[in-house]
Amino acid sequence: MPVNLFDLAKTFETRAEDVGLVQGHRLCPGCAAPIVVKFSLMVARKLGYEPVVALATGCLEVSTTIYPYTAWTVPYIHNAFENSAATMSGVETAAKALKKFGKIPQDKKYAFFVFAGDGGTYDIGLQSLSGMIERGHKVIYVLYDNEGYMNTGNQRSGSTPTGSNTTTAPVGKVIPGKVQLKKNIVEIVAGHEYVYAATASISDPNDFFAKIEKALNFDGPSFIAAFSPCVRFWRVPDSAANSISKLAVETKYWPLYEVDRGVYKVTRKPRQFKPLIEFLKPQGRFKPLLSRPDAEEIINELQEYVDRRWERLLILEEATKGKYIR
Amino acid sequence: MYNIDLKKAKAMTGAEAVANAMRQIEPHVVAAYPITPQTPIVEYFAKFVADGVVRTEMIPVESEHSAMSAVVGAAAAGARAMTATSANGLALMHEVVYIAASSRLPIVMPVVNRALSGPINIHCDHSDAMAERDSGWVQFFAESNQEAYDLTILALKLAENENVRLPVMVNLDGFILSHGVEPVELLPDEVVKEFVGEPNVMYPLLDTEKPVTYGPLDLYDYYFEHKRQQVEAMENVKKVFPKVAEEFQKISGRKYDFVEPYKLEDAEYVMVALGSTNSTIKYVVDWMREEGFKVGALKIWMFRPFPKFQVQQYLNGRKGVIVLDRSASFGAEAPLYEAVKSALYNVTIRPQMGSYVYGLGGRDILPEHIRSAFEDAISGNLIVDEQRYLGLRE
Ligand SMILES: Cc1ncc(C[n+]2csc(CCOP(=O)(O)OP(=O)(O)O)c2C)c(N)n1
Ligand code: SF4
Ligand SMILES: [Mg+2]
Repeated sequence: MPVNLFDLAKTFETRAEDVGLVQGHRLCPGCAAPIVVKFSLMVARKLGYEPVVALATGCLEVSTTIYPYTAWTVPYIHNAFENSAATMSGVETAAKALKKFGKIPQDKKYAFFVFAGDGGTYDIGLQSLSGMIERGHKVIYVLYDNEGYMNTGNQRSGSTPTGSNTTTAPVGKVIPGKVQLKKNIVEIVAGHEYVYAATASISDPNDFFAKIEKALNFDGPSFIAAFSPCVRFWRVPDSAANSISKLAVETKYWPLYEVDRGVYKVTRKPRQFKPLIEFLKPQGRFKPLLSRPDAEEIINELQEYVDRRWERLLILEEATKGKYIR
Repeated sequence: MYNIDLKKAKAMTGAEAVANAMRQIEPHVVAAYPITPQTPIVEYFAKFVADGVVRTEMIPVESEHSAMSAVVGAAAAGARAMTATSANGLALMHEVVYIAASSRLPIVMPVVNRALSGPINIHCDHSDAMAERDSGWVQFFAESNQEAYDLTILALKLAENENVRLPVMVNLDGFILSHGVEPVELLPDEVVKEFVGEPNVMYPLLDTEKPVTYGPLDLYDYYFEHKRQQVEAMENVKKVFPKVAEEFQKISGRKYDFVEPYKLEDAEYVMVALGSTNSTIKYVVDWMREEGFKVGALKIWMFRPFPKFQVQQYLNGRKGVIVLDRSASFGAEAPLYEAVKSALYNVTIRPQMGSYVYGLGGRDILPEHIRSAFEDAISGNLIVDEQRYLGLRE
């Protein structure tokens, strides 16, 4: 039986330190990033793996390891902003080599995780990530996507959605915030072919766990794009990370799907969708956009965009059924 | 100075010699990216891996930034990890070169010296290594292929010493050494294996029983103390290196030191330089000595930490000191000159000094150039604050 929320809650409720990331860190109250981490590590732990973690520079990193303290009870390494995948490539290869040289028991079950923000993944760390996947390191790369450079105060990234207000692409009198599209990182990763890539959302824990489990069982690199609301700069209440995540899924903004060696599968198909505006409206980051005179036009465009992407996903699911690349 | 037993030696390039040192060390992990003139090192080593001569896991990374990052990950994990690079590759690594040192990871990296872009150039100078001189790495410079080989082996033992725990760069001149063929005496494999021994692993990341946090956020309340510890570790190199060199002498008969004096006993004029140019300088010293000039040379084997004491000891009281630099520091004195001049501030009899920049971008340095610099010194024509050039069209 696959791991489920009930199971995990029971296992770890009195053993929080066993999860790997403990309280006392200084992330904003309500930040989704630590939930993404805990969801990932709990599954690994439950399945008998020993997690080893690498982080990219960003909110999660600066807030959990302020010397002389650390919130990590599992082995942890932070190297720099753009090289977490390369760093973990080295760690994973070291484990392989040390097993070969007889320094580590053959049956030691490590789970190598990278946690990196969207800046460290879509932008500055893309090359390092691509190299790691192409070389086939058995690493689970978990992107916590808060759609901007949050650690440095909400600057635009390649993941920032169209129309969002950031300090480097502010909604101005002439320019309506970010005008470009958000990169499709899952497709970029899936393009490496021998890889397991999936999206996930904290609002659907069982789907999240199933994907981590699949990644752990996969004999190559995996990539989990976890939607990770930033309550601070999305300008939503501390309590909203879960509800915003849920809306993202229900409005087709963040479809839950996976690409397993070329085979697409939409893992959640809501019976009824909500209009995109329900996702945009509660978030302060879209407020300047929504108060523009041309707001309706832009919203319609964005609605069409998410509709088309959803249709495309369904077509890809149909077309790739059973056709594993390798 | 040492003599190579030509019966035991084999003719090989510096790249092949260094690759053989790596083969004998047999690191657990090598991550590398090709760049001229370092490429043959990676190629030789990849072949050793492909043929099963070594058990090393090789990571064919997509860039030098990732090479250094992966090596940092592997070393933190508890593995012996190596890489090698040149010029632009080293510059691309720069950010992580500092992180390797501050994480106190005993990584050994041969650097095949090549001029930094721009303009792009593939030939030898020391601008690549000099850009890393404050990164916290120990820096050796080899005069010959034999030295490049020896120093690579010796470097590992120095790096892993628990009072040091610093990464070490072994510099060898691009093309001149990396592609030039010289006789090299390789030590027997078992002798090298025994010399380097089992790695002295500290705080391995892969020990899940004792989880450690590498690379925390270190603010104004601790960062400074940690930097001070790095300064101390560099000072410790000065204490540990002579012991390691002595051990190496036992297995090889070859003696290494911070510096190497050449015909200094009665020398009045001394030339100081790094790397392969020292061979040409020695040739000129012999030539001029035949004509009765009291000249000599001081080779700097270890540039970081800078062997200030030895430099003072050998240069105090000389009439003239000529420093040759194979890199420039725009707007300031050339790096080796600056270091030597600063070391001589405090000696009892300060020599006259002159700075000569040569060989940028692989420009040849000829015996006549070296002789002309000696002649400047002998004729009392050294100006302490003037930078001169050898082999440059005006
Ligand atoms: C090479 C480099 N460039 C820039 C920075 C500054 N910087 C640190 S974190 C960061 C943004 C991080 O954004 P992201 O990866 O999305 O993580 P988040 O903070 O949003 O969780 C930036 C720009 C850096 N540390 N290193
Ligand atoms: S700024 Fe945003 S991403 Fe960063 S800790 Fe706060 S809520 Fe989380
Ligand atoms: Mg971000």
